[in-house]
Amino acid sequence: MAGLLFLASCKKEGKEPEYNQNELAPLSVEFDNIVGGTNLYLNATTYTNAAGEDYTVSLLQYYVSNIKVYKADGTEYVVPQDSSYFLIKEGDQASGSALVNVPEGDYARLVFTLGVDSLRSTMDIDKRTGVLDPASGMDNGMYWGWNSGYIFLKMEGLSAAAPVDGSGQNKFRYHIGGFGGYSAPTINNIKEISIDLNQAGVAKVRKGRTSNIHLMVDIGKVMSGTTTVSIAANPTVMFSDFSTKIAANYAAMFSHDHTEN
Amino acid sequence: MRKLKVTGILVAILVLASCKKEIIDKVAEFTGFQKPVNFPEPAYHFDTNPVTREGFELGRKLFYEPRLSRNNTVSCGSCHIQTSAFTHHGHDVSHGIDDRLGKRNAPPIMNLAWHNSFNHDGGVFDLDMQPIVPITTFEEMDETLENVLKKLKAHPQYPGLFAKAFGSEEITSARLLKALSQFMVMCISADSKYDSVMRNESSFTAEEMQGYELFKQKCASCHKEPLFTDLSFRNNGIGIGFNGDVGRYEITLNEADRYKFKVPSLRNLKYSAPYTHDGRFYTLDAVLDKYSTGMRYVQNIDPVLDKGNSTYGIDISDAERVYLKAFLNTLNDEHFVKNKLLSE
Ligand code: HEC
Ligand code: HEC
Ligand SMILES: [Cu+2]
Repeated sequence: MAGLLFLASCKKEGKEPEYNQNELAPLSVEFDNIVGGTNLYLNATTYTNAAGEDYTVSLLQYYVSNIKVYKADGTEYVVPQDSSYFLIKEGDQASGSALVNVPEGDYARLVFTLGVDSLRSTMDIDKRTGVLDPASGMDNGMYWGWNSGYIFLKMEGLSAAAPVDGSGQNKFRYHIGGFGGYSAPTINNIKEISIDLNQAGVAKVRKGRTSNIHLMVDIGKVMSGTTTVSIAANPTVMFSDFSTKIAANYAAMFSHDHTEN
Repeated sequence: MRKLKVTGILVAILVLASCKKEIIDKVAEFTGFQKPVNFPEPAYHFDTNPVTREGFELGRKLFYEPRLSRNNTVSCGSCHIQTSAFTHHGHDVSHGIDDRLGKRNAPPIMNLAWHNSFNHDGGVFDLDMQPIVPITTFEEMDETLENVLKKLKAHPQYPGLFAKAFGSEEITSARLLKALSQFMVMCISADSKYDSVMRNESSFTAEEMQGYELFKQKCASCHKEPLFTDLSFRNNGIGIGFNGDVGRYEITLNEADRYKFKVPSLRNLKYSAPYTHDGRFYTLDAVLDKYSTGMRYVQNIDPVLDKGNSTYGIDISDAERVYLKAFLNTLNDEHFVKNKLLSE
């Protein structure tokens, strides 16, 4: 049925309008968090990682920023930075997508940053509004005060493989950040993600409707990929060299499933 | 005769009193941010946060506001006490809410407009972002910024005070943090005897002069004038602390930074004991003992302290110590710790 609709809409909007930087139309990028082949349910489903450890996920959120789109001929459109920061939160319907405006046209590639770029990470507090406001969502804070900078991805959950912590829970905590350092270089976990839309459907952006690039985000990959992460060996990963291994893993967790035009 | 004498004394007292009052009044008058003539250009971004009287006064009120903590008991001023040069007097590591202990000694809020990084490890690089650390730290104020804003919005005075300072009643993180910065950059200590000598308003005694010369030879490479810190991170050989604090390494994850801490200023040592990042030294003599006789190798010890043949430290004879201390004493600024403008 979805396929039929997709085809139908495709046919209807076949002709691509002239590219005009001033004629903007909405584009949404949906981040659908999954683990392997199954949907992600917080605090419910038990998943198994590559190290063979069972776990549940209680918290998952990450920053998506600096969205750019490319047409097949290479034309690039960079979403103005001030409207290009999003905090994707699992379990919160309102923050499952990044909504931007781009010129009408057909887009074959999507590029975004997973995390917060170093420039914004060092900007004046006046420029840190919305999801970048250190006062927003501090209950599960995405800002490190002591080491000024944003947490790019935060994943927490329970696993028997994790040791019991102060609160009596077997909790694992992965708080990954690091924009490269301000005055002295250090780890940089900013990841630029580039996604080819040709296979699963280019985004046909037109006024009067919202093209939606539907991405699947396999958060199981946080713990697998180049490095198999064992919860027992690394129950807590925050600002440390090991975090770069996790970031390298999760840079590969995005795949394009389809586009709703 | 006797009567005359008494009147004379009375007059003298009156003169003194009025004189003192005048000084205090003059001092307590807000004149905006003024760079002392013997200081370099400040590092703070005044272009995005100019200091105004209203902003400064709001910042001062916030600095002494216990509502910034979870149970409204701890203010910035609880750990940064003016009479102790804005340090936590008598505490090696500071304690905050519910008497939870932190892991580090509270540094002075002093001449921070000239600093380009904050805390003993330099993890914060914009003064505006500093208050987030204590407000949200479990051992300090254990609050959320979000909730602080909520409390301030509900307060009968704050919306009006924010309007005076920033043009509208809106209370945002940026405004809260900028007001606090406006207060903190005004915490300037530049009225010590040393400063008056540098401004040719007075002169050192012979002892102080000897101490100054020694200081320039032995200490100034790290404790650079006129801030008495070169703002760098170094290991001054005091040895690993009780809690194994790795200092700058935590921020850079660079092995060469392990056990390095920001060089502290040496202004106002009279008021700011105990000393160093974990407050292990309670007296100046204890610090000098460490430099002169107690130093051993530790990873990343500063090369300046390497005396060769696996010996480390700075040679300070008994006579030299007397001179050095006489000089360091000229760095105490009574005006700073008593300045009404900076008081609650
Ligand atoms: C519980 C005690 C405590 C409270 C409350 C507290 N501080 Fe501090 N402050 C400290 C300690 C300890 C440090 C050093 C931390 C470190 O190096 O990791 C510090 C460091 C600082 C610094 C850095 C100074 C420098 O030389 O680098 C500033 C600025 C500062 N605090 C301002 C504030 C403000 C503003 C508040 C209120 C919002 C506040 N503090 C509340 C204990 C406290
Ligand atoms: C190699 C650089 C270096 C030299 C040379 C040096 N210091 Fe220091 N000094 C430091 C550092 C770094 C600290 C802070 C260490 C810490 O917090 O663990 C410090 C701390 C101090 C303190 C404690 C101040 C406070 O507020 O906590 C005093 C006092 C002091 N030094 C005096 C001196 C004197 C006097 C000399 C010369 C005889 C001297 N230092 C030479 C680097 C140096
Ligand atoms: Cu106390």
